[in-house]
Amino acid sequence: MAASTETGHPNVLGKAVREGVFAGVVAFLMFLLFVGIETYQDINNALVWRTRWGLLAIFVLVAAVSRFLSVGFIKPHIDRRKLAKAKSGVLEISEQKSFFHRHFLKIALVFLLVYPFLSLLIVGKQGSLKYVDNFGIQILIYVMLAWGLNIVVGLAGLLDLGYVAFYAVGAYSYALLSSYFGFSFWLLLPMSGILAALWGIILGFPVLRLRGDYLAIVTLAFGEIIRLVLINWTDVTKGTFGISGIAKASFFGIWSFDTGSANSFVKAWGLSASSVYYKIFLFYVILALCMLTAYVTIRLRRMPIGRAWEALREDEIACRSLGINTVTTKLTAFATGAMFGGFAGSFFATRQGFVSPESFVFLESAVILAIVVLGGMGSLTGIAIAAVVMVGGTEVLREMSFLKVVFGPDFTPELYRMLLFGLAMIIVMLFKPRGFVGSREPTAFLKERRAVSGSFTKEGHG
Amino acid sequence: MAAESLLKVQAVETYYGNIRALAGVDVEVNKGEIVSLIGANGAGKSTLMMTICGSPQARSGQVIFDGEDITRLPTHLIARRRIAQSPEGRRIFPRMTVYENLQMGAGLDNLKYFNEDVEKIFTLFPRLKERQTQRGGTLSGGEQQMLSIGRALMARPKLLLLDEPSLGLAPLIVKGIFEAIKKLNQEEGLTVFLVEQNAFAALKLSDRAYVMVNGKVTMSGSGKELLANPEVRAAYLEGGRH
Repeated sequence: MAASTETGHPNVLGKAVREGVFAGVVAFLMFLLFVGIETYQDINNALVWRTRWGLLAIFVLVAAVSRFLSVGFIKPHIDRRKLAKAKSGVLEISEQKSFFHRHFLKIALVFLLVYPFLSLLIVGKQGSLKYVDNFGIQILIYVMLAWGLNIVVGLAGLLDLGYVAFYAVGAYSYALLSSYFGFSFWLLLPMSGILAALWGIILGFPVLRLRGDYLAIVTLAFGEIIRLVLINWTDVTKGTFGISGIAKASFFGIWSFDTGSANSFVKAWGLSASSVYYKIFLFYVILALCMLTAYVTIRLRRMPIGRAWEALREDEIACRSLGINTVTTKLTAFATGAMFGGFAGSFFATRQGFVSPESFVFLESAVILAIVVLGGMGSLTGIAIAAVVMVGGTEVLREMSFLKVVFGPDFTPELYRMLLFGLAMIIVMLFKPRGFVGSREPTAFLKERRAVSGSFTKEGHG
Repeated sequence: MAAESLLKVQAVETYYGNIRALAGVDVEVNKGEIVSLIGANGAGKSTLMMTICGSPQARSGQVIFDGEDITRLPTHLIARRRIAQSPEGRRIFPRMTVYENLQMGAGLDNLKYFNEDVEKIFTLFPRLKERQTQRGGTLSGGEQQMLSIGRALMARPKLLLLDEPSLGLAPLIVKGIFEAIKKLNQEEGLTVFLVEQNAFAALKLSDRAYVMVNGKVTMSGSGKELLANPEVRAAYLEGGRH
């Protein structure tokens, strides 16, 4: 590659054209049947087909042009930069980082704290509903879920494909206990966490001996079992109809957010009625829950139990020979992860006001796991960024009606969110095989804190 | 020296499924000794070491440590009786730094000695001190072996089990590691039970040694005796001298 960049551009451009055409041909063959031809039922319910050559042409063009650009321009550019860096002799980790880079966490936190008010200021009450609820709360729920799963998958290295089960346990705990017994959110929030943690231990016991693929299959089954129980235990859970009219959270019992009630928040503060106040309140609740998750994770990583989780991920046999009880270590990992899933679940129930088994399908587990993997196993910052990109990206897709101009009026962008997920996965894994933030921050230091780059460790060992 | 028994393995039989890996092994390690176990591949040396640690557990026979029967204890409780192991293949934690690896070895009840112990290990293996912020997985084979032994020593063991510390290492590094073991034994009276393929180096180092063939101990004696024994020479030493 380096030789061809030095000999000049024609060589590279020729190669780029060849590769671009090749990519176009491959795309044409791949999409010919999937995109080029569409089947549908006509009035007589007969299955007929029509062609979509225009859409197919767009797909092929996108593939060819992006391959051409990446081979002809992007890759040479990256190689040149790498070469220049290697020549200058400056190691990546010793480089002075920009102000934004160094204070990223503080800036992000401040931004989150002012975010609801910022959106109120800019787009007004009605517009804020979307930004606070769809973007803010939705993303933060996934951040929390992914951070919870991170304890199980990222730290303890136990691949859990049924994490959504604990989310469901939390949500239904709140929904059922609040509608049958009228308990408040603030009482049920910890209870949902504890119940989910119990289920984490119940799941943990039978799978203690399993690792890797086998564990993944069993946890997947567990997730499905919980969902099927929720569907079929109609006496209690009302099955697929779900539970509606779940009580709203109150402002710590001081003010209520129900419009009719005597001590309603808007009346007490003399505000005009709007649901945006409740959403802003919920935003801060989930933000606080996220911060709790992060705090607990960071603290635990420095304590013996967190260190034991990480050691367990690295080498189980070595762990046992060092006197670590792998049984309790695994169970606490499952229970702690499940507990945060439960918190998030009960929050989800109070925010939606409605839960049904629909919300707890396998796809949710997959999305949460994808966020953890994309973010870089074990890295809180990376996972948060991945959640913003993936969940925020899905929401942004809904907004992109201009795509209809390109792809035709039948194009519904949000249906392509799985495509987006897949694409993001491939891109991140190609360029950053350990996720956005791939380096594991050491938690113990003798004298000074020093960055240890992920690039020092072998693939598959990090 | 009045021999006070620290570890006693009595008529131990261990099976993997239906395959008998140990067929009634008797081994004894006294306090302050270096005892080595030599033998060919598949003789059951590592199995004996793992059986002492309780994984797999012996089907019959007894493992007695410091007067207590530990045959049926789970591995982590055996480790807490201060039997530290540097396992075969070293098994350090690759993503953790050298320093964190040492922390993992310390266990909870030794935390008050922690800084002192780390310093001790850094004097024993100065290379580890240079590399303390580096990840375990980035170390060379010899450094990983030092780390593995260092991690085991952090537990302040009464008995140190070493499973093939010379595996895949250059002769010069093996020499260094064996010298460190000798030093630990002479200066601190550490009891060491060593499993080795490198029979010559192991026998030279050891007070006593056992030879194992097909899951049975066939010979035992002092290191010097076995070095001079024609059978041992023929089987394990000729051509194998480093």
